[in-house]
Amino acid sequence: MSKFSKKRGKSDPEVSTASLPDIIFMLLFFFMVVTVLRDSELKVSVNTPFASELLKLEEKSLVNYIYIGRPVKKFQDVYGTKPRMQLGDKFADIAEIPLFLEKHKIKVPEAKRPRITSSLRVDGEVTMGIVQDVKTQLRKSGQLKVNYSAKKRPN
Amino acid sequence: MAKTSTRDRMKNEINAGSMADIAFLLLIFFLVTTTIVEDKGITVKLPPWSEEEPDITKLKERNVFSVLVNAQNQILVRGELTRVRELKELAKEFIANPSKREDMAEKPTMAIISLKNDRGTNYRTYLEVYNELKAAYNELWNELSLKKYGVPYTEDMPTAYKREIRGEIPLVISEAEPTNFGEE
Repeated sequence: MSKFSKKRGKSDPEVSTASLPDIIFMLLFFFMVVTVLRDSELKVSVNTPFASELLKLEEKSLVNYIYIGRPVKKFQDVYGTKPRMQLGDKFADIAEIPLFLEKHKIKVPEAKRPRITSSLRVDGEVTMGIVQDVKTQLRKSGQLKVNYSAKKRPN
Repeated sequence: MAKTSTRDRMKNEINAGSMADIAFLLLIFFLVTTTIVEDKGITVKLPPWSEEEPDITKLKERNVFSVLVNAQNQILVRGELTRVRELKELAKEFIANPSKREDMAEKPTMAIISLKNDRGTNYRTYLEVYNELKAAYNELWNELSLKKYGVPYTEDMPTAYKREIRGEIPLVISEAEPTNFGEE
């Protein structure tokens, strides 16, 4: 206690900590913006169905995402309204899946590679045809761990 | 209260040091919540690709629980039109076969669920069906786990227990190549 009362008397200049919150706030905003951006980059509309037997995906770095849905309004002039697949941030053909998987794989340490999961984020209204093609391609590429993305059913 | 003593007038600042902590708390809160909301789903292990047609002739009919979904999203279970919400109970009864019926699985290890859909089937229906079948297994595992170890079945229970349970009731959902009648 005596320590504090002594200091108060002195006009000794301290390092101001007032800017510290600003730095942290900047970090906070950065993370908030980044997480929102990822979703807004979606070029296909994905509204995943509801399910109850959900499993959480553990390590995000071990997950690659494949989006399937109808192109959003902005891209309908160019790409039509048929369901399309999106890899990363662009539309892709089924044949591009192996390269996409390989690109993700080389970023993962070798020991963790068997645990790589493909997260299929598919719109509920899409028909199984395109999903089946993607599944077949994944099987051919040896990517057998798949997670069908779904939302928890509200009770 | 309102009077300011001479001592206070020298430095009249609020200590902003704790603001950082508050901001940190917010930051951590956002970081945690964003990961929780996304990335949930039904995990499936696909079978390896092989060019040959699988040989199903050696399976006994009583051990196969066939589920067909057509392009109109109608579900046919062992030849009978069924609704999604009945599926779980039917599958559970088939796998466990508590009343030892002649037309159901001899034992859980021999039960095979065969799922076949059309290319025109809605993905939502497909996932609902898959979800119900998975739910049937999860409930059976849970019952077995409670009976054997007195604890509910969870993904993070000891591996030895899990292996034991899944050895007794193995998850076999076999997906056939879909038909193509109703693709848009």
